[in-house]
Amino acid sequence: MNDLKPGSLSIQKIQQLLRRREVCTDELRGAAVEDVSRRDQDVGSFLTVRGSYEGQSVNNGGTVSKASLNGVPCGIKDNLCTSDLPTTCASQMLSGYRPPYDATAVKLLRRAGAHVVGKTNMDEFAMGSSTENSAFAVTHNPWNSRRVPGGSSGGSAAAVAAGLVSFALGSDTGGSVRQPASFCGVVGMKPTYGSISRYGLVAFASSLDQIGPLARSVDDCARVLDVLVRHDERDSTSVKHPEAGAFASAVSESEPRLNGWRIGVPREFVSEGVDEPVRHVVREAADVFRQLGAQVQQCSLPLINHALSAYYIIACSEASSNLARYDGVRYGLRAESADVQEMFIRSRSRGFGQEVKRRIMLGTFALSAGYYEDYYLKAARLRRMISDQLNGSFEEYDLLLTPTTPTVAFRLQERMDDPLAMYMADVCTIPANLAGIPAISVPGGFHEGLPVGIQLMADRFDDRKLLTAARAFELSTGHHRRRPSHAEEGEMGRCGR
Amino acid sequence: MTARIPEEYQVKIGLEIHVALATETKMFCSCSTAFGDPPNTNVCPVCLGVPGSLPVLNRRAVELGMICGLALDCEVNPQMHFERKNYHYPDLAKGYQISQLVAPLAEGGHFTFGVSESQERTVRIRRVHLEEDAGKLLHGHRQQTLVDFNRCGVPLAEIVTEPDLHSASETRAFLEELRALLRAVGASEVRMEEGELRCDTNVNVLDQSTDGPKDGTEITELKNLNSFRGVEHALLWEIKRHVEALQRGDTLTHETRHWDEDAGVTISARAKEEAHDYRYFPEPDLPAVSLDPGWVDRLGEEMSETPRQRRRRLQQQYGVDDYTAGVLVSEDDLGDFFEEAVSSGGDPGEVANWLMSEVQGYLNAEEIALHELSVTPQQLVAMLQLVDSGKISGKMAKELWPRMAETGKDPDQLAQEMGLQQISDEEQLQGVIRQVLQEHPDAVSDYLAGKDRVVGFLMGQVMQKTQGQATPQLANEKLREALTEAKEGKGEED
Repeated sequence: MNDLKPGSLSIQKIQQLLRRREVCTDELRGAAVEDVSRRDQDVGSFLTVRGSYEGQSVNNGGTVSKASLNGVPCGIKDNLCTSDLPTTCASQMLSGYRPPYDATAVKLLRRAGAHVVGKTNMDEFAMGSSTENSAFAVTHNPWNSRRVPGGSSGGSAAAVAAGLVSFALGSDTGGSVRQPASFCGVVGMKPTYGSISRYGLVAFASSLDQIGPLARSVDDCARVLDVLVRHDERDSTSVKHPEAGAFASAVSESEPRLNGWRIGVPREFVSEGVDEPVRHVVREAADVFRQLGAQVQQCSLPLINHALSAYYIIACSEASSNLARYDGVRYGLRAESADVQEMFIRSRSRGFGQEVKRRIMLGTFALSAGYYEDYYLKAARLRRMISDQLNGSFEEYDLLLTPTTPTVAFRLQERMDDPLAMYMADVCTIPANLAGIPAISVPGGFHEGLPVGIQLMADRFDDRKLLTAARAFELSTGHHRRRPSHAEEGEMGRCGR
Repeated sequence: MTARIPEEYQVKIGLEIHVALATETKMFCSCSTAFGDPPNTNVCPVCLGVPGSLPVLNRRAVELGMICGLALDCEVNPQMHFERKNYHYPDLAKGYQISQLVAPLAEGGHFTFGVSESQERTVRIRRVHLEEDAGKLLHGHRQQTLVDFNRCGVPLAEIVTEPDLHSASETRAFLEELRALLRAVGASEVRMEEGELRCDTNVNVLDQSTDGPKDGTEITELKNLNSFRGVEHALLWEIKRHVEALQRGDTLTHETRHWDEDAGVTISARAKEEAHDYRYFPEPDLPAVSLDPGWVDRLGEEMSETPRQRRRRLQQQYGVDDYTAGVLVSEDDLGDFFEEAVSSGGDPGEVANWLMSEVQGYLNAEEIALHELSVTPQQLVAMLQLVDSGKISGKMAKELWPRMAETGKDPDQLAQEMGLQQISDEEQLQGVIRQVLQEHPDAVSDYLAGKDRVVGFLMGQVMQKTQGQATPQLANEKLREALTEAKEGKGEED
């Protein structure tokens, strides 16, 4: 198989090839690295690619061959610690930084036989919605190279969309998995907060951060979740998920129905702030769910309008503290000075990019004496009220259906001078992070050749429900099977408008 | 240095005391808390604050914190959570310290201690909370500063008092008794030389002579005093400064000062250090912890007696006086030794006397601690029984004791080896006495002539002949019998 592109194959397909002995894992690994080295130049989704597959510690013994992700190539967002590859968070601050350990999620993937091809590009410290805040590289949207892939997990989304890897890991603090998934036409899921251990995920906003998979189908997502959702003693916010290990089985039906399901469409998510083509896709999706047997109704969550403000206060406050450790003393960039305070200042001034500095300043302000009550505490109260309202809606509805983003992928550079416009890209995804509930983005349609995602949200620990409905949707629409032209032809589509 | 403080002035002192809890491992990781290991050997991604690492709470640290709270009569909160205290310093690995602000472990207690033999005072305890220690800066060669993170993440209990202390000496007495308390209940070893107790003090002076709002000086914070002597001296100096200020009508400014041990003065800290805004907010990496009442009760039951309780019990149970009981509880192993000795048959009074005189004398002279002694409580009792049964004299016991302490040998065997044996055999003594009387006929004649004081001389001769081993009472009795016989014999002759 000379034309072998393992990254363009589904997990199931790879398992099949291995079972039939048409390929061996070494071949898969070699081909995956070669394919990425050749084709990623145009996409720019990876920051580091492993030079040679031989460098990877592989156990080809009996147990590994049965492992569920054996030989499956994957990309890892560059804010997840890998002991054998640099972990930079796309920041000058951590340029070349090599962690002393593997993140729990990475360890679990490796144990399941997955092949970590490399580390994917992102917005610096996961702060951004276009991956343009990377200190090192520009990532292009595989559907249109002049468009952004979304962010902050833009490298992961682009790599999956371009068929360079079967799946990738991202992190989702306010939509950083779902929003790029929507822009790149792939599936991205943020499971219930605490489902996947955060140990080894470089923290942005600890109470909101959650690792999630990006893949080309709900089925692949579910298979990856079966490996990753496990209680971890190293993360005190990790939970024992009642559905752990039963995600793939939730999506195994070939013609799933959603009879009796109730789905709410909160009107606040389909207001004027959302582009009409995107609203159109949501209306179409509602019809698809009706055809699948579900009852779809409009509902209202009035507090949602405050979610963005509450989110930015809380996320920036936590970030200002989480990023305090980058001081040049123990690791990362150090700008020497005889005076230690001066060394801190110089290192941080040089190491962090503009958006990161902006958020550190904002968070520092929100936590300062005299402002804490008006900003942080108020935001925290609002967060609880929004969570209560969202949770309350699940007494009536099994799921909520919304757009994932208000627009399709915007142009590179378009929003770099307008942070508020950039923040708006996350307006639909943020509520799920505030409430800690699971949410998924699946391809819902297209507008002028660019993918449009729809988002489904469910109650805490109802991740299986979410997957079941998303799977039913993708099987009945087939949107997920459409791929950007270059992904199949090995050439970048340059038909952007 | 002591300032003459006018009657109408009141000194107010409050303390924030950091105590290293006696856990095997750190507060949020499984690194050892051992002191004195080579720099940066007891570290891991968590206590080094390596990106991506997360804290996991040490259950034992919570328990020892609760024991602190219970020993200080605090209410343990049904639920506690942690906050982050944000500041930059090279020894602070994460750029913040995990501490507690809003919902601490325990609150609202009090602690009664003795300021003199007859006087007690009670200080209110505002709160006890948990936090992690920072690393340590080492100033190396070529003006380099290095950081040792071994201490980073060691669990601390911070004990905050109300400003109920009124003098430097009282503060020292409080700290000394607090130290004994924390050691006794097992919350901390409180090794001062390892910095296991560090104290910040807040002090100001009020003028109570005015009727309306009280005049007074602004509070001075004295940071990081790590010896009781340091606390006392720094306070003496600072109180004098406040009193003098008040006398000239100055109220001073609220500031942080450092105690310069060598110069014997306090020095104002740079304004920069005071301008801290710690930006506390709830620690998102650690869920709130429920301190279930059953857990608290169980710890309360398992908790050892406080020194104060023990002092009372020793008086009631063994009939020793208050002073003796106080000495016995001042070091917990002294009390343990006492109780073990009494339970193996020792007389409480005798054992206590011995512990307070000979035993402590020996320890002081040799500069060793009780637990370094190879003598067991049972051996001490065995020795006291040798005295009681007359096998050795009290004087011999005092000779025997240091050898016992040195060798750890049984008193019986050692007495034999040292030839310390009283002659209590009547016939043997009578033989010696007969010999003495024959050798000193003049003395006998003097006695018969009514000169009673020669008995002392003859007794001396008996003791000399027996190399001091004759049981004095018995020898005296037998000597007098022999002399009486001689008198009667003479009378018959007459």
